[in-house]
Amino acid sequence: MTNALIRLPRSVKRGEAFEIKTLIQHPMETGFRAGTNGTTIPRDIIEEFLCTYNGVEIFRMKLSSAIAANPYISFHTVATESGTLFFRWTGDNGFKVEETARIAVA
Amino acid sequence: MDPSLTRRRFLAGAAIVTLLPLPVEAAPDDLAKAIKEVLGSAKLNTGKVTLDIAPLVENGNTVPMKVSVESPMTAKDHVKAIHVFNEKNPQPYVLNAVLGPRAGRASIATHIKLRESQKIVAIAELSDGSFWSAGTEVIVTIAACVEDLMQ
Amino acid sequence: MNRRLGALLLLMATQASAEIPEAERRSGYHDMGASVQAMQDDDMANPAMLWVLDGEKLWAQRQGAAGRSCADCHGEPSRMTGVAVRYPAFSESASRPISLDQRINQCRTEQQKAPAFDYESRELLSLSALVAMQSREHKIAPPDDPRLRTFLEAGAATFNRRQGQLNLSCAQCHEDNRGKRLAGATIPQAHPTGYPIYRLEWQSLGSLQRRLRNCLIGMRAEPYAYGAPDYVALELYLMKRAAGMPFEAPGVRP
Repeated sequence: MTNALIRLPRSVKRGEAFEIKTLIQHPMETGFRAGTNGTTIPRDIIEEFLCTYNGVEIFRMKLSSAIAANPYISFHTVATESGTLFFRWTGDNGFKVEETARIAVA
Repeated sequence: MDPSLTRRRFLAGAAIVTLLPLPVEAAPDDLAKAIKEVLGSAKLNTGKVTLDIAPLVENGNTVPMKVSVESPMTAKDHVKAIHVFNEKNPQPYVLNAVLGPRAGRASIATHIKLRESQKIVAIAELSDGSFWSAGTEVIVTIAACVEDLMQ
Repeated sequence: MNRRLGALLLLMATQASAEIPEAERRSGYHDMGASVQAMQDDDMANPAMLWVLDGEKLWAQRQGAAGRSCADCHGEPSRMTGVAVRYPAFSESASRPISLDQRINQCRTEQQKAPAFDYESRELLSLSALVAMQSREHKIAPPDDPRLRTFLEAGAATFNRRQGQLNLSCAQCHEDNRGKRLAGATIPQAHPTGYPIYRLEWQSLGSLQRRLRNCLIGMRAEPYAYGAPDYVALELYLMKRAAGMPFEAPGVRP
C-alpha cells in the first residue's frame, strides 16, 4: 500500500483560489546512482501527477529524476462548485496511485 | 604514522564516497538546449516569475522550491505552463507543470534534488505566447558526516 | 579544505570536554536553514508524516497469535502522550533500560504474541514515529529511577571516551566544538529532540541508533549492533543531557 497525503481546506468560498498540498511515498530512484556492487540502480520515478475537479483537468505536472524522494507537490485552483477532486500519480514499473478528496463550496 | 595523515586520508576517502552516487553531469549546453526546445523561436523575457529557493542548502537530496508567476489568471490572460530547469544534474529537466485559468493563482511548490551547486531556471509560458523567466544560483554545501553506502 | 578539517580535528583533541548548561542547550533545528525548518513545521511537507500514517494503520491492526491491536490495550494513539520523552526506561523483564523501539517490540512479543519487527524496518519506525509524535512540545523528562544510574554512567563514559581510528569522543565534537563548522555543516549539540527523524541525507526516516551508528562510522569506530545495550546507555545519557528541552518528533534534519 502506497501512502499519500492530501490537504485542502474543508470549505471554500465560490470564486476563491485555494491551495492543494500533496505528499506521496516514493523512492524517486534517479537511475544515475551506482549501487553497492557498482552497477547502476535502475530508474524508478513518478513521471506524472494529475488532478481533476469534477472530472475536468485543473493541474498536471511532469516529474523527473530531479524531484526529491517522497514527492511533495503544492498548487492552486479556484473553487467553482462542491464536488470531488481526483488525484493520480503514475510512473515507472506500472506505478499508479489514485486518491480522491471532497471539497465543499459555499 | 603521523595521526593527522591518517585523518587526512580518511577525509579524502570520505569525499570520494560522496561523489560516487551521481557519476554523470549534464553539460551547460544541455540547459540551453532544453530551454530552446520549450521556447522554439519565441524570445525569453526576464520578470513576472519569482523563484523561491534557499541560496544555500545543507543537503541537495531534498530542496524546497516555489515558483510563482504574476498573472491575473483569467481566460484571456493566464499562465499555461511552468518549466523548471537545472544546470548540473545529469539531466536538465526538473519539472513541467500545465495549468490554466482555473488555477486562480500561478504558484506551485515542490522538493527538488540538486547534485551540486548550480543554476536553476524557472520559465513561465503565458497564454499570449510570451515566455518569462527567473534564475538563481544555489550553493549546495558538502555534508561532513555522510553514512556509508552499505547499511 | 582537508587541511582545515585536519586542523579542527587536532584542535578538538587538545580540549577537555564539559557538559552544556541548560540555558545554552540548543536543538539542531535552530542550526538548519529556514526552508528545512519550514519542512519540519508543516505536516504536509514533512515526509515523516507518511510513516506516521502507516503507524496509525498498524496501531489499529490486530496482530500476532493473541489477535490484539495496540489500540485494544492502549486506546487512541493520543494516550501515548508523554511516553517518548521518558524513554529509554528500565524494563523489569529485561533487567536493564530499553529504548522506545525495544518497548514497542516487547509489546509485540509479549502482548500480541507476534514476531519482533526488525530495527529500522518501516513498521517499527512507523509505530515509533506515531508514539513519539504524541509528545510534541513536551519537555524531555528522563525517569528519575535509581536502577538506571549505572547505565547512565556507562552512557556518559561512552560519550566521553575517545574511539575509532580518528581517536575522537562524542564530546569533542558536540560539546567542545559545538556551533563551529565541520565542512559546510554547523556542529550540533547532539540533543535527541526529534527522533525518529526524516534525514535528507537518508531520504528516509531513521532512529537515533541509526544516527549514532552514522557518527561511529564517521569516527572510524566499529558501530554496535542495533539494539545493543551500549546504544541504549548512550541514548539514556543523551536524553538526560537534553532534559527539559522541547520534543519535536518527527523531526527533519539535513
